[in-house]
Amino acid sequence: MYLTLHGVGKSFKNNTDEPVRVLENIDFDIKKGQFVSIVGPSGCGKSTLLYLISGLEKVTEGEIQVAGKKVTGPNPNRIVVFQEDGLFPWATVLDNVTYGLLLKKKPKQEAKEKAIEMLKTVHLSKYIDAYPHQLSGGMKQRVSIARALVMEPDILLMDEPFAALDEQTRMTLHNELIDIWKKTKVTILFVTHNIREAVTLSEKVIVMSTRPGKLKNTFTINKSEDGVTPDHIAFDLEQKILSELEEEMEKVLKEELGDDYNFKTRSVHRDTYGDMGSGI
Amino acid sequence: MVIWEVASRLSPVPDFMFPGVLQVLETLFTGLFSGQITEAIFRSVGRLLIGFFIATTLGLLLGYFIWRYKLVDDTLGFLVVALQSIPSIVWLPLAIVWFGLGEMAILFVVTIGATWTMTITTASGFKNVPKLYRRVARTFGSGGLHFVRTVIIPASVPQIISGMRLAWAFSWRALMAGELLGAGGGLGHLLETGRSLGQMDLVISVMIIIALIGTIIDNVVFTRLDKRVQKKWGLAT
Repeated sequence: MYLTLHGVGKSFKNNTDEPVRVLENIDFDIKKGQFVSIVGPSGCGKSTLLYLISGLEKVTEGEIQVAGKKVTGPNPNRIVVFQEDGLFPWATVLDNVTYGLLLKKKPKQEAKEKAIEMLKTVHLSKYIDAYPHQLSGGMKQRVSIARALVMEPDILLMDEPFAALDEQTRMTLHNELIDIWKKTKVTILFVTHNIREAVTLSEKVIVMSTRPGKLKNTFTINKSEDGVTPDHIAFDLEQKILSELEEEMEKVLKEELGDDYNFKTRSVHRDTYGDMGSGI
Repeated sequence: MVIWEVASRLSPVPDFMFPGVLQVLETLFTGLFSGQITEAIFRSVGRLLIGFFIATTLGLLLGYFIWRYKLVDDTLGFLVVALQSIPSIVWLPLAIVWFGLGEMAILFVVTIGATWTMTITTASGFKNVPKLYRRVARTFGSGGLHFVRTVIIPASVPQIISGMRLAWAFSWRALMAGELLGAGGGLGHLLETGRSLGQMDLVISVMIIIALIGTIIDNVVFTRLDKRVQKKWGLAT
């Protein structure tokens, strides 16, 4: 197994200095080159889990291993793509993309060539000298994907990268991401609250429960040749995952709105995105 | 200007106390050509640049330490706010005792007038760098001084510039006060000379010069810098 999590737990200290458990006893493993999604209601710690794997946060219990080595801190082999693009506003698109390469002590010329080539892959070669604020949300996210991929990471950790984009842009980027994944064979761990997104993109979907975050179930998806999940399978799975999560959603809503809240099954939340009411 | 000239001619106060426009302009130009005012300008601006440079460097360093170490923030950070509320000219008596009535005393006052503001804006600029940038930089393997150089400093450039602008205004005021009281030439000293000789035309000429230099620096240097950064960052509306 390539990426292994063994009994991982994480607690934070809250304002009154009491530890709050956000993740508990997480066990799973991922093969090299797999595209895995993690879904769960908001606040279930899925982003935290991603940060733990990246090394940005430290585990409180358990152990994370990548290729047999324990994760102790951030490493450019595991790059995170954040929900907000996180581009540096003072640097041009090109400088943003070469940032990591120059850190790896790549010669300037080589870094530049690589960056331009990667920007071509995400169809932004026209904008290499632009500043981030001149780009649209989708373009910015493309740059941050290029910035991550140019490092040739072993694992790409994506934290709801398309959540802030409009539907059309998101669909285009889905297709491009699948293409890139097939080309580079990079291992992708994709956190999202959008069940449809998870089902269309990945080979495996990990469903999490909330407070504290635990693994609830894992679904394996049979993809067709071109890497896209066929519609009928996708729809079926979406329903299954949704019903898995209903209980969790009720828990969250009850906690937030009080006990007088009555959860209405299959009446309001059957929207096309299946986003589990994250906007509430 | 016309009103000024007319008021000066009609007023019962003697000319040397309330000179007219023409007289002031005459003094201003002769002063500029004879070198009396020009020399004073160079002296003052020279002092200002040195003091400002030291203050900016010191402010950046102190700001860095306040941001970097919690302990420094709790101790020095608090002290700096208190120090900032002291008008810098208040330091002059101390400075005269320490360095004597001369160049050093004035430089000291100029520097101290700008250092605290610079420290505070730098520290708050550094502290306000979004956490996201830090995370991004760390996943790419940045850390330590590289992180400070490539993320923290560029990210706080807008704040540093407005800090420098403030620091400049503070040191300019401190310089004038210092020169007025201290010795060793400069525009402030020229004001004092004008007063003792009863030449109000000279005093007003110097005031015009002071206003001009202040405006030019603010408009030409800082406003431009500011605009450039705003444009680059896309902050301008």
